[in-house]
Amino acid sequence: MSATIVPRPRRMPSARHAATLLGALIVGAVLLVAIVAPFVAPHDPFAQDLNLRLVPPQWMDGGSSVHPFGTDQLGRDYLSRLMYGARISMTIGIFTVITSGLIGITLGLLGGYFGGRVDDVVMFVITCRLAIPLILVALTVVALVGSSLTVVILTLGLLLWERFAVVSRTTTMQVRNLDYIAAARAAGASRAHIVLREVLPNILTPLVVVATLEMALAILLEAALSFLGLGVPPPLPSWGLMIAEGKDYMFFSPWVIMIPGVALFVLVLGINLLGDGLRDLLGTGRR
Amino acid sequence: MLRFLFRRMVLALLVCLTVLVVSFALTRLSGDLAISIAGPNATAQDIEIIRKNYGLDRPLPLQFIDWAVHAAQGDLGRSYLYHAPVAGLIKERMPITLTLGLTGLVIALSVSIPLGVVAAMREGSALDKAIGLLALFGQAMPSFWLSLVLIIWLGLRLQLLPISGVDTWDGYVMPGVVLAFSAIPALMRLTRAGMIDALSSDYIRTARAKGLSTTKIVLKHALRNAAMPVVSVAAVQLGFMLGGSIVIEAIFALHGVGYLAWESISKNDFPVVQAVVLILAIIYIGLTLAADMMNAVLDPRLRTA
Repeated sequence: MSATIVPRPRRMPSARHAATLLGALIVGAVLLVAIVAPFVAPHDPFAQDLNLRLVPPQWMDGGSSVHPFGTDQLGRDYLSRLMYGARISMTIGIFTVITSGLIGITLGLLGGYFGGRVDDVVMFVITCRLAIPLILVALTVVALVGSSLTVVILTLGLLLWERFAVVSRTTTMQVRNLDYIAAARAAGASRAHIVLREVLPNILTPLVVVATLEMALAILLEAALSFLGLGVPPPLPSWGLMIAEGKDYMFFSPWVIMIPGVALFVLVLGINLLGDGLRDLLGTGRR
Repeated sequence: MLRFLFRRMVLALLVCLTVLVVSFALTRLSGDLAISIAGPNATAQDIEIIRKNYGLDRPLPLQFIDWAVHAAQGDLGRSYLYHAPVAGLIKERMPITLTLGLTGLVIALSVSIPLGVVAAMREGSALDKAIGLLALFGQAMPSFWLSLVLIIWLGLRLQLLPISGVDTWDGYVMPGVVLAFSAIPALMRLTRAGMIDALSSDYIRTARAKGLSTTKIVLKHALRNAAMPVVSVAAVQLGFMLGGSIVIEAIFALHGVGYLAWESISKNDFPVVQAVVLILAIIYIGLTLAADMMNAVLDPRLRTA
C-alpha cells in the first residue's frame, strides 16, 4: 500500500497511551495469574465434587464464596480452572510465536537479503502456505499425531509463520541497501554476520508488532481446536475446552460458557491493544 | 500483460501441485494409516486386511502417483465411512458452504465498507476512534464463542432464528454473521486506509474545485479508487472463510463441506480429508488468481510487474 504523503493528524496521545496501558495491564495480569496459579488458586482445578455440580458464581442467586466463579458440570472449581487455563493460553501464545517467528524470520531474511532465485523460492513457499486451509490442516494433524499441548504448539507454529516471513522479507529489502550494510561488507564481515548482527536487529521493531498479532491468533486458534475436541486434551482446563464442556449446560447455566469466553476475549483484546499501541509508539507506520 | 498472466498462471499451477503433495502427505503423518483406520481394538490380522484392501501396502510414491492421477481426472477416491465417491460427497455439500461463505462476505462488506468510509471522512475524530475500537473488538471475538452466545440469545431466549440446520433461509443468518465477524476488521481497515489515500489525492482536489458535492466525490471518485484493494482482499477473505467455516458448520450443524471435513477427521475417513484440503486450497488459489487478473485488467501499472 502506498504511503500517505499528507501527515496524519496527531491523535490525542493520552487516549492512545491509555489504550496501550490497558492492553499491557491485561496481558501482564494474565501472565501473572498464569505464573502464580498453583499458589493462589482456591482449589485443585482437577478435583471433582459431584455433590456441587454447576454451582452458580458468587454474584448470582445460590452462589457461595467457596466457589467465587461457581463450579462446572463435574463440580470442579471454575475460578481455579480459569487460572490454570491462563497458563495454557499463555504457553500456547508464547511458544507458538517463538516457533513461527524462527521459521518466518529465517525465510524472510533469506529471501529479502539474497533476492533473486532464493527470494523466488521463499515467495513460493509463502504462497503455498497461504493456500493451505489453516484450521482444517491443524485439526487433521492433531487428530493423526494425537492431542497434547506440545503437538498443538508445534502445529500452530508450523502454520502461523507467513506474516513474520512477509514482514521480515520486506523490511530486510529496505535495510539491505543502506550504508551501514555496505560498510560491514567492505569491512569484510561474513554474510551470516551481516544478516544476523546488522540486518536482524534493525528489523526487529515491526516484528514485535507481528508477534503480538500472531500470539493473539494462536490463542484463539488453540481455543477453537480445543473446542472442536482436537486441541489440548481433557481434563486440562483450556478455555476453549471449558466452553466446549459447558456447551450442553449453557442454556440453564450460561456462566459456564460466559466466564471462559469473556476471559478469552479480554486476553486477545489486551494483546491486540498492546500490539496497536506498540505499532504507534515504535513508529512502524500504518499497515 | 500476457506475460504477466502467463507467469501468474504457472505459479498457480505450481502451488496446486505442491498442495497436492501436502494434502497427501498430511494423511500419512501418523506413520501407518492402516492402524489409524482399524482403530484401537483391531487385531494384527484386521490391520493387514485393511492395508491390502485400501492399497496401503504399496510403496508411498506409487500410492501418491495413483491418487494424483485420479485426482487430476476428478476422481478423488472413495470414502471409507460413506462407501461412496468422495467427489460426489463434496459436490453435494458444496452449495451449503458456498452459500454460507457468500452470505458472510456480503454481510462483511456491507458493514465494513460504510464504516471504513465514515472513519476515513472523519479521520482522527471520536467516531473514527470508536470504529477502530469496534474493529479491535471484532478481532478479539472467538467465533465459536460468539456463535454460542448468539444461539442462547437470539435462538433460545428471543426465538428469532433457528439454532441449527438450514431448512429455511434464515438458518444462514447467524452463521453468516459469525463468519463475517472475522473478516470485518481487515476489510474495514483497508477501506479506511484506501479512502484516506484517495481523499488526499489531486483528482479529489480537482473534483472539489469543480464544485461537486461531497457525496458525489466520496462515492463516485474516492470509493472507486479505494475499492480495488478491497476487492482483492475480499476474494482472499472468501477463501479464508470457506476454510474457516468448519468451526461454524460444526456448531450450527450445517451439513456443508466443513462439517463433512470435521466428521471425516474425527472418524479417520482420510480420503475425504485429503480431498477437502485439496479442493479448498484450489478454490483459494483460483480466487487469488482471479483477483490478481482483475487487478491487472483494471490497473495498468500492475501489468508490467
